[in-house]
Amino acid sequence: MVDAATAEETAPRLRLTREHIVEIVSDSGEGAQKAGQTFGTVCARMGNGVWTVEIIPAEIQPPARSPAGASGIRIRLASHTVTNMGDEADIVVAFNEQVLYSRIVNGAYKEGTQVLLEDKWRDDKVPEIREQYAKAVAEFRENGLIVHELPIEKACLEIIPNPRRGKNMFVLGMLCRIYSRDVALAKGEIATTFKRKGEKVIDINHRLFDAGYQFAEETLALEYQVPPQPLEEREGKRFIVTNGNTALGLGVMASGMELVSMYPITPATSASHYLADVYHEVGGFVHQAEDEIAAAGFAIGSSFAGKTACTITSGPGLALKSEMLGLAVMAEVPLVVCLVQRGGPSTGLPTKVEQGDLLASLFGMPGDAPKVVIAAATIEECLHFVVMARRLAETFRTPVILLTDANLATGVQPYQRPEPSLDWLAPPIDQSDWDEHIPPYNWDSETGLSPRPVPGMSGGQYILTGLAHTNHSKVAYDSDSNQHGSNMRSRKFAALASTLKPPVVHGDEEGDLLVVGWGSTLGAIEEAVDRARAEGFKISSLHLRFILPMEPGLKAIFKRFRKIMTVEINYSDDPDAPLITEETRRYAQLAMLLRAHTLIDIDCWSVVYGHPLQPGMIKNVLIERLKELQGETSCSD
Amino acid sequence: MFGLKPDWSLEVFERYFTMGDYAGGEARWCPGCGDHAVLTAAQKVLRDEQQRPEMSVCVSGIGCSSRMPHYLGTYGFHGLHGRALPVACGIKSRRPDLDVWVATGDGDCFSIGTAHWIHALRYNMDMTLMVFDNAIYGLTKAQTSPTSPQGLKTNTHPFGAILDPHNPLTVTLGVTNVSFVAQVADWNPPLLYETLKAAYRHKGTGFVRIIQRCPVYSDNFSKELQQNPDRFVLLEHQQGIPVDKSVSRQFPNRLEHDPSDLGRAFQLAADTSRLPLGLLYHNPDAQCYEDLSSQGVAMTPEQRLAGFNTVLDRITV
Repeated sequence: MVDAATAEETAPRLRLTREHIVEIVSDSGEGAQKAGQTFGTVCARMGNGVWTVEIIPAEIQPPARSPAGASGIRIRLASHTVTNMGDEADIVVAFNEQVLYSRIVNGAYKEGTQVLLEDKWRDDKVPEIREQYAKAVAEFRENGLIVHELPIEKACLEIIPNPRRGKNMFVLGMLCRIYSRDVALAKGEIATTFKRKGEKVIDINHRLFDAGYQFAEETLALEYQVPPQPLEEREGKRFIVTNGNTALGLGVMASGMELVSMYPITPATSASHYLADVYHEVGGFVHQAEDEIAAAGFAIGSSFAGKTACTITSGPGLALKSEMLGLAVMAEVPLVVCLVQRGGPSTGLPTKVEQGDLLASLFGMPGDAPKVVIAAATIEECLHFVVMARRLAETFRTPVILLTDANLATGVQPYQRPEPSLDWLAPPIDQSDWDEHIPPYNWDSETGLSPRPVPGMSGGQYILTGLAHTNHSKVAYDSDSNQHGSNMRSRKFAALASTLKPPVVHGDEEGDLLVVGWGSTLGAIEEAVDRARAEGFKISSLHLRFILPMEPGLKAIFKRFRKIMTVEINYSDDPDAPLITEETRRYAQLAMLLRAHTLIDIDCWSVVYGHPLQPGMIKNVLIERLKELQGETSCSD
Repeated sequence: MFGLKPDWSLEVFERYFTMGDYAGGEARWCPGCGDHAVLTAAQKVLRDEQQRPEMSVCVSGIGCSSRMPHYLGTYGFHGLHGRALPVACGIKSRRPDLDVWVATGDGDCFSIGTAHWIHALRYNMDMTLMVFDNAIYGLTKAQTSPTSPQGLKTNTHPFGAILDPHNPLTVTLGVTNVSFVAQVADWNPPLLYETLKAAYRHKGTGFVRIIQRCPVYSDNFSKELQQNPDRFVLLEHQQGIPVDKSVSRQFPNRLEHDPSDLGRAFQLAADTSRLPLGLLYHNPDAQCYEDLSSQGVAMTPEQRLAGFNTVLDRITV
């Protein structure tokens, strides 16, 4: 029988709330992610703001019932647009009790979180498992979790012989009952998911869904209503629901680039999976190269031949490609590099998020190798920034590194469907004659820009070289040629900077504390700032998209705040740690750049926990730093 | 001869290219270097085939041989050490209309670029792959290369190279989908020319290992071969490299070898006591990767846009 907590029995059955966070946690391969994605899509289709994020172990099949093997998904649904994974979950469905431990360590739950726990372990034939289960349930309750022990597998066994595959749809049914989701819509999504597997499979999954739905109705006194976003926020708009890697793939197609050359690397690869499935419909091709270096070389070859190409990778791949990127900088070859960051250094945390490759992107090549570095802050930007990156690469004859990260890569969100037009796409390749009197690097001495001959253009024959060269691309070791070439290759970015607008401050234009971020932390930082502002703190934030060139006007903005700090997901020394002084402290990566850029004493807070920053966590830090600031002021007063 | 039709009338070209059209900067290899011969042979092939210079790209890595693009009048890509092949393959992938040549060396191809050598052979994209093998690192001044003979004194092995030299022919012949494998020596211009022409005409990767003189750092290695033609065996066959009598009589060892026979080619390549010259292996029907990678190149921007909208519609909620 079901053990509903006494607190719950007295609570009203239906609760109205503006947002809720749900998790499904399991061993690998139990379909938690599939169920969660479907639930998220149903919520999006019903008009809720949604953010889903996958919980991924590093191994494909880690040992069963191990905390480190926790695999699953979190869905945050709301009556407003959701920009991040949020704080603690309200409801978690768990297929065993052990996997919950790793989530507890990550601070995923709070007092009062409802745990819907598979109870079959209670009567397992292995005594150790029975003991583990009993101990865990007791501990969870002691820590304030409300545990509902549920015979999920047992109920599924009435429909299928092996519930390991299938109970996820039962859970989907449960969640759809708890949140009063549209059953027809959910079943339609299930049918789409299993379309390729045939009617029989769809039917079984529909039955599992129905059984779960009924089970929740009969046995759970849990019911929440999260109303959809106001209609005026959605009206007339069409939405697509994707993760950030799919958005990158869509961006590649929207940009007109015909080639993605890649080597498998987590967490970047799924962008290429998606492309490989649909790219032929726009006439493109995914080349899986023999290694990361070849992937970059192949893309550079294509770009040189007039078809600007893209390579998609992660940190270790960037390291391997760095010599190729230096060549593309030196020889001014357009190239788009999508860098989906993970935890580093070395193999690091392959499946987890970090913003640790900012400086490597900027400086990770020998010599002076400037190139455009931009960072997408939302899933939607992952799409649009690829389109921008292709254009920048060709206009400025340069590699462009587009930074995203594992948080964007695996987060799923509805966003406005792009309405692409022909001018998003690369124009057809120019094969008209080239005036042979115009050198291949006919640098404009003010902007450093130059038109580019492409193989096939008669009269344009030149020898691209990675050696120092003149404007005729002739190898030149003399001082003036090298200095001039370096000037021209750098000048381009000043020219690009002159076209940028200063960033917009989120919150008041002046105040006590300005938080500066970049990349996937946008939603969490702004939510934290909004909460702190609601409590009366004079905090604002600013989010950078362009890192090289840096967005203009930063110093003027910074001067309107008493304190500036960055919030990032990369390593920095805690100022209070042993041996850390003003001289020894190593700053977070953007902070380091901004300090050099503005000569302002910019502070930072950054951690490398491997998970996305939660707004509540950020808010606490901001308020703490602000109080320190107020303390300092009163001392000096 | 080009230009002259079988009925003795003269073909009139809209543009006729002479050797000068394939000449770039003045070659700056050392006097007596075998690379000069390769450059001339390649230029002659281009001229005789009337290849439009603007439609040709010569890609190279780093090393003495990799200077070759600078001396050609075509487009050129003088890239990174060991990485000529990925670039060449990338060029071909979406521009199958371009004629691609690769100039690489024993260090560039058989050492730092090994991964790409193996995989490019498997991709078998239509290009002429010339490996200038002088058994030494010349540009960086006399370090041991993978093909340096055992005992060769170099700056990295002053007491003589330690290991048996690597045999690039057996490795090449062992790669799945390899389609054209030949070996020549730079000091036999007619054979060099005919071999490069056959590689150029072959659809697929025409791998030609060119045993090449370095008069400065590995003179002993090539001198010994030059002075002893019996160290070679000339491969002859109707399907092989056409060999003039004046060439064949220079070689005391000659052998009839059917280039479609991969097993026999492997045996000949493995016998390092007698180096085969000519065409070891040829399969004109091997799959070329650009036939797959160039899917959709002919699509117009309008078609791409329509295709993209279809993709978007499928995921629109």
